[in-house]
Amino acid sequence: MTFQEITEVITNHFPQTKIDGDLKGPQPILILPSDAIADVCQFLHNDDRLFFDYLACITGIDNGPGLNTMELVYNLTSIPYGHDLMIKIVFPRNTECEPLPAVPTVSHIWRTADWHEREIFDLVGIHFEGHPDQRRILLPEDWEGHPLRKDYAAQDRYHGIYVKYEDGPRLAE
Amino acid sequence: MSDRIKNGDGGIILTNAEDLMNWARLSSLWPMGFGLACCAIEMMATYASHYDLERFGIMPRPSPRQSDVMIVAGTVTFKMADRIRRLYEQMPEPRYVISMGSCSNCGGPYWEHGYHVVKGVDRIIPVDVYVPGCPPRPEALIGGFMKLQEKIRGEHPLAPELFLEVEEKFAVVS
Repeated sequence: MTFQEITEVITNHFPQTKIDGDLKGPQPILILPSDAIADVCQFLHNDDRLFFDYLACITGIDNGPGLNTMELVYNLTSIPYGHDLMIKIVFPRNTECEPLPAVPTVSHIWRTADWHEREIFDLVGIHFEGHPDQRRILLPEDWEGHPLRKDYAAQDRYHGIYVKYEDGPRLAE
Repeated sequence: MSDRIKNGDGGIILTNAEDLMNWARLSSLWPMGFGLACCAIEMMATYASHYDLERFGIMPRPSPRQSDVMIVAGTVTFKMADRIRRLYEQMPEPRYVISMGSCSNCGGPYWEHGYHVVKGVDRIIPVDVYVPGCPPRPEALIGGFMKLQEKIRGEHPLAPELFLEVEEKFAVVS
């Protein structure tokens, strides 16, 4: 199936949802509203004509305080049909005192999304609503902040050890 | 005389207890069998048949309780730092630490932007020998062990601490 055909199937099934396409890049992108992602993905996974059984990757992007948006990119593949789809959602970023931006999880559709979403939560700081186990996956449990954010500043100390190279005194001899 | 020493009929070797103890210690350095990153691959190669650390009496032990030396082979992350400190505390004294490779020496390539890397393992445990390299070749690690052996050879495990202090205080600078 081509991108046009896939888009058509989705728009016919979700007439209320605002669906955009970005055809400029080498791979066309389907742009969805962020609250529709779980429903659309469920349909993409279950529909006999599309059958996207494989979630290759989820990418979390922080566009920084200037644009004040964040993005998630989902790369889907249907292994039996051999067609691909890139989906993107764009949503507002949170400031320091606000809660993390929330997006519906897709981990109940593809198990692989479980760890992908944990990693994005850990490093980019996006909360996935309905995720069964929303914990950090790489950094220690008590780490402060989300390091792949554009305005991230590393904490001063971790368990008494200085984080920055320049302000760490050596252990007393 | 020399023939009798070689065939074991000599009977007597003169030494002192300290030298004997040091010799025994430096000839059976048992490192803790653990590695953190790519340096560990090089460390494993050093243990293996080609470089054969066993010929120096160096063989990895599966428990910190049985280890004399800890080779910190690889990047020390903050998540790992607590574990390393605990493992070090579990080792019986006298204990030694070899810091292997740039990462554990000073943070290595992560020194500036590595928010997750401890900038040198000497910030959490005392280090005896630093082995430079990224990663160090097996020869370099063996060189590090030689340095550690040298250090042990010069130790005074039996001398009373007060005596050493007094000796240092009144040492004649030549």
